[in-house]
Amino acid sequence: MKRVTLVLTLAFAAGLSTQAAYAQTLKTIKDRGSLSCGVSQGLPGFSSPDDKGNWTGLDVDVCRAIAAAIFNDPSKVKYVPTSAKDRFTALQSGEIDVLSRNTTWTISRDTSLGANFTGVTYYDGQGFMVKKSLKVNSALELNSASVCVQTGTTTEQNLADYFRANNMKYEVIAFGTNDETVKAYESGRCDVFTTDQSGLYANRLKLANPGDHVVLPEIISKEPLGPMVRHGDDQWFDIVKWTLFAMVTAEELGLNAKNIDEKAKSDNPELKRVLGTDGNFGEQLGLTKDWVVRIVKHVGNYGDVFDRNVGSGSPLGIARGLNGLWNKGGLQYAPPIR
Amino acid sequence: MSTEARKPPTQIALRIRRVLGGKAGWNGVAVQFAFAAILGWIAYEIVSNARANLENQHIAAGFGFLRNNAGFDVNQTLIPYTGSDTFLRVFVVGLLNTIIVSVIGIVFSTVLGFIVALCRLSPNWLLSRVGEIYVELIRNLPLLFQILFWYLAVLAALPNPRQSISLLGLAFISNRGLVVPSPIGEPGLTPFLVMLGLGIIGSLALRSYSRRALFQRGQVIRIWPYVLSLLVGLPLAAMLAFGVPFIFELPQLKGFNFAGGSRIIPEFVALTLALSTYTAAFIAEIVRAGILSVHKGQMEAGASLGLSRGTTLRLIVVPQAMRVIVPPLTNQYLNLTKNSSLAVAIGYPDLVSVFAGTSLSQTGQAIEIIAMTMGVYLLISLVTSAIMSVYGWRISRSLGA
Repeated sequence: MKRVTLVLTLAFAAGLSTQAAYAQTLKTIKDRGSLSCGVSQGLPGFSSPDDKGNWTGLDVDVCRAIAAAIFNDPSKVKYVPTSAKDRFTALQSGEIDVLSRNTTWTISRDTSLGANFTGVTYYDGQGFMVKKSLKVNSALELNSASVCVQTGTTTEQNLADYFRANNMKYEVIAFGTNDETVKAYESGRCDVFTTDQSGLYANRLKLANPGDHVVLPEIISKEPLGPMVRHGDDQWFDIVKWTLFAMVTAEELGLNAKNIDEKAKSDNPELKRVLGTDGNFGEQLGLTKDWVVRIVKHVGNYGDVFDRNVGSGSPLGIARGLNGLWNKGGLQYAPPIR
Repeated sequence: MSTEARKPPTQIALRIRRVLGGKAGWNGVAVQFAFAAILGWIAYEIVSNARANLENQHIAAGFGFLRNNAGFDVNQTLIPYTGSDTFLRVFVVGLLNTIIVSVIGIVFSTVLGFIVALCRLSPNWLLSRVGEIYVELIRNLPLLFQILFWYLAVLAALPNPRQSISLLGLAFISNRGLVVPSPIGEPGLTPFLVMLGLGIIGSLALRSYSRRALFQRGQVIRIWPYVLSLLVGLPLAAMLAFGVPFIFELPQLKGFNFAGGSRIIPEFVALTLALSTYTAAFIAEIVRAGILSVHKGQMEAGASLGLSRGTTLRLIVVPQAMRVIVPPLTNQYLNLTKNSSLAVAIGYPDLVSVFAGTSLSQTGQAIEIIAMTMGVYLLISLVTSAIMSVYGWRISRSLGA
């Protein structure tokens, strides 16, 4: 039913609306009073609702940071849970303003969907999880296994490539949602569950006995995850892109929610530029001068967000690895704010 | 003054006026044309606007994607398929999966529906209560829930392949499905099939001959010994002459799963079970209504001729009831086919799952893919209802109505 609604929305949006409707995303959001943000249907660490219905996670914090930059209030976000296969339709149809849903950046998605990736919030790679009792130590021992996968993902295609390249047979069972996939794996319908490695750790927490399952060492793909926005509104594209860069820059400069007010008074020329006491970069984006202050004060810098949701401060406990700052051996790098 | 008769308007113009204008005459025709023109204009606007907007947003359009490599695998394919085949082949694979689950579901639901209806109508108290409970329970629970029940509660409780239930060492039941020996063709296969085909044709010819003898001359001919010898004898002779037609490949546990043999996946079983039991509850009510619509005098007449209850039903009541049963039965068949799209919930690779689901999100071409999918469902439904119409027409004709 949900898909039908989406498709109808798309048909109407494509059929009846005009180009102008897409060109003023920021104004639409301000008029509406909230940001409409497409998230997953529940992936701990990235986007999942807690027992009170509040969304938390790395992808959720990206939305909160955008809302903080626009409204000075990170709670002005309407979260729209999307399945892997409905997510792009939701973005194309205008149901959501930004898709922040552990989505892998690929050339086909960037060029044929009418949408753009704005950056990388998490460098991931696809892995496999199996039951310990199967005594499997490597993905190369998975010949003839049954594999559970979520449909409509890059995972599904990488899986096909990997098994064909290694001349192994397998059976694929593809489900519509992450929860259905995990349930089928747990019930024993498949030997293997595959998704992005961060997702494996996150989903393992959902299983009855997480200790009975092991994530295999192989990473079989590059999965840079990032937010997406529609084509046709460069200003909005810039806002989402620079919100990410602002969070990374804040970590690089040692800015966090606690010290931001004090640092805003600093005489350091770089801090003055970034925090808006000098220059008007925020206004050029269509925001306010203190946009970085708002983001950092309400949401924190990239490192804080990472630790809180997926890193050492979370049940997932994933190491920074590739997601560390560029000057600390990782890949997170932001162009200068100047 | 000439009394030349006024030239009558041409037949075709009159006809147009009558069909389109009705009582309103030519004014009515004008209104109809104006309405059609407005509809056409709206359709044109929608299509051209959609095209322009897709172009502006740089969303790929057109059906060229069908020739692209799909790059994902499907776990039940009736035709050979690998991940390096095209999206067009994915479309066919999904379509065949939808059709097979629909056809098997229709057969099972019809048989089960008739049985339940006869139970409900039975004079036996226990049987009729069982029928009633079945109908009330099954048709009042949501179908999606029933599909999940069969899949997650019943079939998932089966053991894993290493502890599978063995049926005489030939077939194995596990949570990966039912594995059975698969036939592999030998050189003797072709003559065997030819002889089997000849046997079937011969039997049908005999049947039509004996029916004609019965209806025209009142002569009863016993044909079953000949039919049996045709159906068994001819293939047997072929086997003796040309060797065995096929050998069976036995499934063997190898690694994680069974290798060899053919496998029926649990997703298929769960979906077929849920669809046929659910639709059977509705069919049972339709059949019951149809049978009750036949005057009870017919039943009594049968009884007074000394026919048993079953024979009366089979020969007298049900053929008359079919006239009432067929139209709503067609609706149920169409419902079953369309409901099969719930397959995506349990990972059965039907058309909606692999084409309108996976292929859509891999290519992002929602308009084309959804249009194709809707077109195919429409086509399947129209074909089903055409077949049922022909069947209904034949029944009415044979009853002389």
